[in-house]
Amino acid sequence: MTSAPTGTSADASTGTAAAPRATSGARRTGPWAAVGAVALLASVVLAVAVGPADLAPGDVWRSVATHLGLGDALGLAPLDRLPDAMVWQLRLPRVLTAAAVGAGLAVCGVVMQSLTRNPLADPYLLGLSSGASLGAAAVLVLGATVLLPVAAFVGATAALVATLGLAAASGRGRGIAPARTVLAGLAVGQLAAAATSFVIFWSAKGDQYREILSWLMGSVAGATWTSVAVAGGAVLVLGTALACTGSLLDAFTFGDTAAATLGVPVARVRWVLLVGVALLTGALVAQSGSIGFVGLILPHAVRLLVGARHRALLPLSALAGGTFLVWADTLARTVFEPRELPVGIVTAAIGAPVFAALLWRGRARA
Amino acid sequence: MPATTAGDRPATTASPAGAPTGLAAERVAWGVDGRLVLDGVDVTAPPGAVTGLLGPNGAGKSTLLRIVAGVQRPDGGRVLLAGGDDDGADLLAMPRRRRARTLALVEQDAGTDLPVTVLDAVLLGRTPHRSWLAGDSADDREVARGALARAGAAHLADREVTTLSGGERQRVHLARALAQQPRVLLLDEPTNHLDVAAQLATLRLVRSLADDGVTVLAALHDLTLAAGTCDHVVLLAPGRDGAGGRVVAAGPVEDVLVPAVIDPVYGVRTTVLRHPRTGRPVLAFD
Repeated sequence: MTSAPTGTSADASTGTAAAPRATSGARRTGPWAAVGAVALLASVVLAVAVGPADLAPGDVWRSVATHLGLGDALGLAPLDRLPDAMVWQLRLPRVLTAAAVGAGLAVCGVVMQSLTRNPLADPYLLGLSSGASLGAAAVLVLGATVLLPVAAFVGATAALVATLGLAAASGRGRGIAPARTVLAGLAVGQLAAAATSFVIFWSAKGDQYREILSWLMGSVAGATWTSVAVAGGAVLVLGTALACTGSLLDAFTFGDTAAATLGVPVARVRWVLLVGVALLTGALVAQSGSIGFVGLILPHAVRLLVGARHRALLPLSALAGGTFLVWADTLARTVFEPRELPVGIVTAAIGAPVFAALLWRGRARA
Repeated sequence: MPATTAGDRPATTASPAGAPTGLAAERVAWGVDGRLVLDGVDVTAPPGAVTGLLGPNGAGKSTLLRIVAGVQRPDGGRVLLAGGDDDGADLLAMPRRRRARTLALVEQDAGTDLPVTVLDAVLLGRTPHRSWLAGDSADDREVARGALARAGAAHLADREVTTLSGGERQRVHLARALAQQPRVLLLDEPTNHLDVAAQLATLRLVRSLADDGVTVLAALHDLTLAAGTCDHVVLLAPGRDGAGGRVVAAGPVEDVLVPAVIDPVYGVRTTVLRHPRTGRPVLAFD
């Protein structure tokens, strides 16, 4: 940000007359939305086809059409049982879960970055990830694997409550400031991470290490149709609701005071949206473990394309996030075939350099 | 900003509707941590005039503006509209969005790190005029462009806010406030961090807005700039010995900006000179 007040009278004399028509983000949204939707749909079909037993994209359509009861209407013959099971029981739930988790995390990232006015914010910033991990590690050690999604969800929500409570308490009743919220999130996150390490160190045995580690690094390998229902349902309900808050989030562009003078009930909006983000993140990490960088990188990348207005940014980030995680997961299961990587490693391996590049770009611009 | 702004003004969609509305803050009190910052402060801003809010650091100028804008709840007192269609309407009891259509605040140093264009930043001013779910209408864009032109910043429309100079940014913030089509405009140190040319340009714009019927209440640091611009001034003194900040004097520039009033408040010796061309007071201190 330049603060040197230079040349004001000089550039004013270039005048008000020769104003070029601005191409603000809003008017470029339509084509990008179409591109994003097609890309996501195509990615899902292609990603299901990719894998050890080669399937054609057409086979994927056939299987899906048959299961949706459209096979006869479209004149498509059903697939053989084995490839059909591979599509319908294994790969499709996994790919759809990845798409839902990616879309949801990206939306959460946009909302968090806007509400905290911190470009580094992502769903995990407020200690959500660490809280979810603590809950997950605890039930894995206890052997109560069925409770994992619930425990992760409870952990994420508890971490958010602790973070916001700490931020509000340290603000002495004057509201929640971005910087304090982030610091409070760090404190809560570190505490939860320490507790997780302690649980693992103290009581994990044998395979539990592997199980916990795989969860901590994030994976959609075990996704079932239940995962699709939970993650997809959460994204459809909460994600759509959050994605409709574009003009509210826009009003925060110049801070809380500016938002208040634009008629936004700042405190209420912040609480409602943060709770929405916590619920959505909790539902997603419960299915996928903690997958980093999606909520951080995708909003930045989409901003470069369509600008910072949230009415475009939110839905496009969702489409981009879904597409990104579908391909990241496809890489995770194919690169070292037959061994699988946790998808969190792939998103970090892609995300960290991209983030560094974004920082570099930002530096050059400022 | 060229002096011709008033001449090539667009069919000004960014000016308020209806008769000018003044402002009256009555017995406003506010404290923090048991320390009284404002202690029963009365401030009036007559309709369609520029009222300067003056005072040393810590006198509570910014706080008062934030209270009037409805951003901060006062511990006591009220803020009313005076004159015009809504004479006597209680601003603090007004629904937020209606208040945002009546009154706009330009803060000190409101910045962003987001890559938002100037036009989009100004379009934010349309927020209280449309549903939360609606996008920018053609009408909104027209008002925003009118506001930009009015603020002498139409040529900046496509730039990113983060790339602007201080003076340019100030004009964009003014344009954003104008896009709200307010009848009352609150400015917190609008000339802060600006070079001399930008300071004069900003105040000329403020002056011309008031001439168009916008009521302006501006916190100002520089007494000579205030003397050259304001119709009325209100001088706040910071609280001492447990007492809160209060109004020392209020009225026309010529009555308030005199050594007998200024010297005890600022702890300086003031000499009032005359600007040889404008005839307005110029203040020298020792």
